[in-house]
Amino acid sequence: MRSVQALAVAVLSVLTIGDVSRAAEPKSGGIFRIYHRDSPGSASIHEGATYSVNIPFMPIFNNLVIFDQHIAQNSASTIRPELAESWAWSGDNKTLTFKLRKDVKWHDGKPFTAADVKCTFDMLMGKSQQKFRQNPRKSWYDQVDEVTTNGDYEASFKLKRPQPALLSLLASGYSPVYPCHVSPAEMRTKPVGTGPFKFVEFKANESIKLTKNPDYFKKGLPYLDGIEFTIITNRSTAILGFVSGKFDMTFPTEVSIPLLKDVKSQDSKAVCVVEPNNVSTNIIINSSGPPFDNLDIRRALALALDRKAFIQIMFEGQGDIGGTMEPAPDGLWAMPKEMLESIPGYGPDIEKNREEARKLMQKAGYGPDKHLQIKVSTRNIAVYRDPAIILIDQIKSIYIDAELDVVDTAQWFPKIARKDYSLGLNLTGNAVDEPDQSFYENYACGSERNYTNYCNKDIEKLFDQQSEETDLDKRRKLVWEIDKKLQEDVARPIIFHARTGTCWKPYVKNVTIMSNSSYNGYRYEDVWLDK
Amino acid sequence: MFAYIVRRVFLMLVTLFGISVIIFVLLRVVPGNIVDILFDAAGFVDPADKANLERELGLNQPIVIQYLHWIGGLLHGDLGYSYVSEKPALEEILPRIPITARLAGLALLFSASIGIPLGVISAVHQGSKLDYALRVVSLSGLSLPSFWLGLLILMASVSLFGTMPIFNPNPKTWLEALTIYAVPAMAVGFRSAALTMRITRSSMLEILRQDYIRTARAKGASEASVNYHHALKNAVLPVITVIGIEAAFLIGGLIVTETVFNIPGIARFLVEALRWRDYPIVQNLVMFIAVVVVVVNFIVDMLYAAIDPRIRFGD
Repeated sequence: MRSVQALAVAVLSVLTIGDVSRAAEPKSGGIFRIYHRDSPGSASIHEGATYSVNIPFMPIFNNLVIFDQHIAQNSASTIRPELAESWAWSGDNKTLTFKLRKDVKWHDGKPFTAADVKCTFDMLMGKSQQKFRQNPRKSWYDQVDEVTTNGDYEASFKLKRPQPALLSLLASGYSPVYPCHVSPAEMRTKPVGTGPFKFVEFKANESIKLTKNPDYFKKGLPYLDGIEFTIITNRSTAILGFVSGKFDMTFPTEVSIPLLKDVKSQDSKAVCVVEPNNVSTNIIINSSGPPFDNLDIRRALALALDRKAFIQIMFEGQGDIGGTMEPAPDGLWAMPKEMLESIPGYGPDIEKNREEARKLMQKAGYGPDKHLQIKVSTRNIAVYRDPAIILIDQIKSIYIDAELDVVDTAQWFPKIARKDYSLGLNLTGNAVDEPDQSFYENYACGSERNYTNYCNKDIEKLFDQQSEETDLDKRRKLVWEIDKKLQEDVARPIIFHARTGTCWKPYVKNVTIMSNSSYNGYRYEDVWLDK
Repeated sequence: MFAYIVRRVFLMLVTLFGISVIIFVLLRVVPGNIVDILFDAAGFVDPADKANLERELGLNQPIVIQYLHWIGGLLHGDLGYSYVSEKPALEEILPRIPITARLAGLALLFSASIGIPLGVISAVHQGSKLDYALRVVSLSGLSLPSFWLGLLILMASVSLFGTMPIFNPNPKTWLEALTIYAVPAMAVGFRSAALTMRITRSSMLEILRQDYIRTARAKGASEASVNYHHALKNAVLPVITVIGIEAAFLIGGLIVTETVFNIPGIARFLVEALRWRDYPIVQNLVMFIAVVVVVVNFIVDMLYAAIDPRIRFGD
């Protein structure tokens, strides 16, 4: 009897394994249908600064290297070759050389060579005749002295000083290689790449269509016949479209926590994940004049924040508290908890923090009988407006009466640039979980995205020190020290790091949502549909 | 009549010139331009790049020069290029017009074919339960915003049939074509149907109290003949005016309906173009809508004159 049972179990196991292996065998064919949250301004990834551009157009391109598309946490150890077959640092860590593949063709049939690598990065560094309309990541290449080629299949990045982070920056979805023979203007409307999918059409406010590249250099890929993005700006309509089966996947990381519950209640089979997206909600402070030129008032502000309350109200608890770098465990560079909680305002006793804040306010001349009157400026978008309202409510407890100042999107950056604000509620997205990107972009003296004009030469020296450091442990400790100082200086108080959801139908296979970036995981070359 | 038509055409041209100036100036008065919006997406403003882009798009020129450039192009059939897609504006606008025209036409047809008969029935049966019921229907039509009604229809469609209409420019079946256009047309036309119903009802009630109606009845004319031949013919004049005005107002309803049903017509496109401050698209589209409204008004006036001999101006 026992042997019969054993046989039955064995047969069942074999059948099950057989089913699993059959299900795991990728199938070719099918159009992958996703709704798009809005109409991107152009198809040029290099000129964009929103993942509205990355998501639909990343499948058209390849990078020299790319973060492994199936490891959620991007890190130096998950970088894989794409157009490069291999890479090597020189002994002095000042030259990064890539050996390139020889079997790659652009979608229009022209061969890919090292000249394309050189002209792409020359354009990004502002060194070529042809210019991008906007070049938001020019500062990523500040340490690159020049890009040189050695024949058609070798390209080298020569640096002014060592910068180990360069490889991670090159592995971002923001770093595709462009063809030399196509102008930047054409790349905005009809992009040509080497990637798994070819561009078909982009109808503004309507759809973006990509088709399989049959000559893709990775043989057998892609599995899909094409990808179709339907642009639906009304979120309710888009979610109803997903639930009713018109779409295979929602726009990545765009489903809020309450909406996610809605989706699951209407379509219990939907696969939904919630991941951090390396976007922090923070306060920008105009410290160029009164009242925030007074460090006591800035510190009081930081002490008044109840971060948990923000996360509870806005995300039903699904958010993280941290500094500039994305919190652990998804973020690689986050300060340890004890270190974070030692920073003023991060301690768990909110009432004690606020008592301290009130003392600082009184020292600055404010109190129960004399409240500070200010405006909190923010953009007219819900994810900005909602936390601004909570912020106004929280700072009432430290004698600050604030009024909400909602600014039209077109006026936001000009207003910030001319310092026409006191406090601003801001969102900062980091393209790569990499200190060089975050520190130099947001906190370096003179950087265009350093909205508050925070400038501390001592910290800037530390920026360079960590950037040059090749020992990972030493670098991490330096990064913690910098992040702690930035928070203590109230340079740009970080309120929380959000998490957001993505849902797809169970027959969609091989989708991975990145947990420490919203910009790097959309190549979709081995995604397939099990139907 | 001929003199009247000539006068009206001249006035139309003056009106359109005035509108073109107003559109152009208002668009430039609105804070921010395409360059600000593009840099907003980049997260910073680089003054040198901004100046280059403004020069590239001709936004650094004086407003009068920009206006003359636009009008000059328009007279030669050149609508310029979209700042966002960098395609000719005509190429962007043209394919979207039939979509919105079909939707608006169906909505107006729905409004007239439902509103007028129900208005007549309501007036003829004044004070009855049917009259009260129809008045409730018309009141709800005026109170329910079209976006809410649209969402309700979509939600009902998903929960009852497990599907929803998503716009397809090449419908395979009649049923698909019908769901693509008829359902949103009903959502947007419900308000005008309700308004038409109310106007028809009150206009009919007023006419039905006239002496000549009593005379017609006294002469032995049937109720149907009195209601439809004698009364409706005269009551329909204000209804035509309302439908004409509604045709102009429809664009507002179409913006939300096209958004909710995700229909790529000109109404939704106009809002997106405004968001990007895509001047060539916005000014040409608004101008196109203005032409439609002015022409519809002209047709309404001509209909007026044709239906009522007392107001054949100029004759």
